[in-house]
Amino acid sequence: MSTEYTVTETLDVKGESCPMPVVKTKGAIDDLSEGDVLEVLATDSGSMSDLKGWAETTPGVELLDQEADGDVFKHYVRKTE
Amino acid sequence: MSTDTPDTADTGDAADSIDAPEDLSTAELAAEVEELREELADLKADLGDDQKSMVIVATKGTLDMAYPPLILASTAAAFGWDVTVFHTFWGLDILHEKKSKNLKLSAVGNPSMPMPNAIASLPGMDTMATKMMNKKIADNGTATIEELIDVSLDQGVDLQACQMTIELMNYDEADFYDGVTTGVGAATALQRMADADVQLLV
Repeated sequence: MSTEYTVTETLDVKGESCPMPVVKTKGAIDDLSEGDVLEVLATDSGSMSDLKGWAETTPGVELLDQEADGDVFKHYVRKTE
Repeated sequence: MSTDTPDTADTGDAADSIDAPEDLSTAELAAEVEELREELADLKADLGDDQKSMVIVATKGTLDMAYPPLILASTAAAFGWDVTVFHTFWGLDILHEKKSKNLKLSAVGNPSMPMPNAIASLPGMDTMATKMMNKKIADNGTATIEELIDVSLDQGVDLQACQMTIELMNYDEADFYDGVTTGVGAATALQRMADADVQLLV
């Protein structure tokens, strides 16, 4: 996943657990414009699988990248429509 | 279908009987083509409808059983699904503004409780188990029931309160969170379930 992208906005859901990381990501994406990239910072280890599942099932979003940085799981989602 | 189709019913397969062009005027053919186009567009619209929907029937009002329907509902709404949660019997307490903030965990008959039923049935044990659970919920950063109801309603989840149970329990419609749908019954739930992609009973 070497796609070039610039983060438009960051959503901090550290300390929150299922289903909030996904629910709040959806809310934050709704407020963005097409092409924007949202960075999601979470500590919920389930967010790696959940954000991926959400992005693959939901139209209009594309998961660009996911990485674990210490205790923080970072997700990068682009709004595609 | 066209009424001027030649009588070929005895072949037993109407789909094979295509009108011979010479039997029809250009205007009739054009009308038929237009009619077929419309039918095709309708069919395509039906097939192209990838809007998923889910109906959950929530029947339990203990703290532990209040979570699954709301977690699934709010997550499905984040997927862009059309979601309905039909609350009936004790499930109604989840939507009851006052009771929802005071849902209890049962210590008795709960194999996950680290105590025998004889002790779990002592006075105050349910309260203690509930306090422990609420502390775990807070420590883990798990959303409260009220928060899940708020995000569900915000995302357009239709939280329905069974009218028959409202009357059975002597509740008032004003007891429920703003945005909760009342005045609905089993037929409404079934109608939505018939069209839904996912149906769950909790």
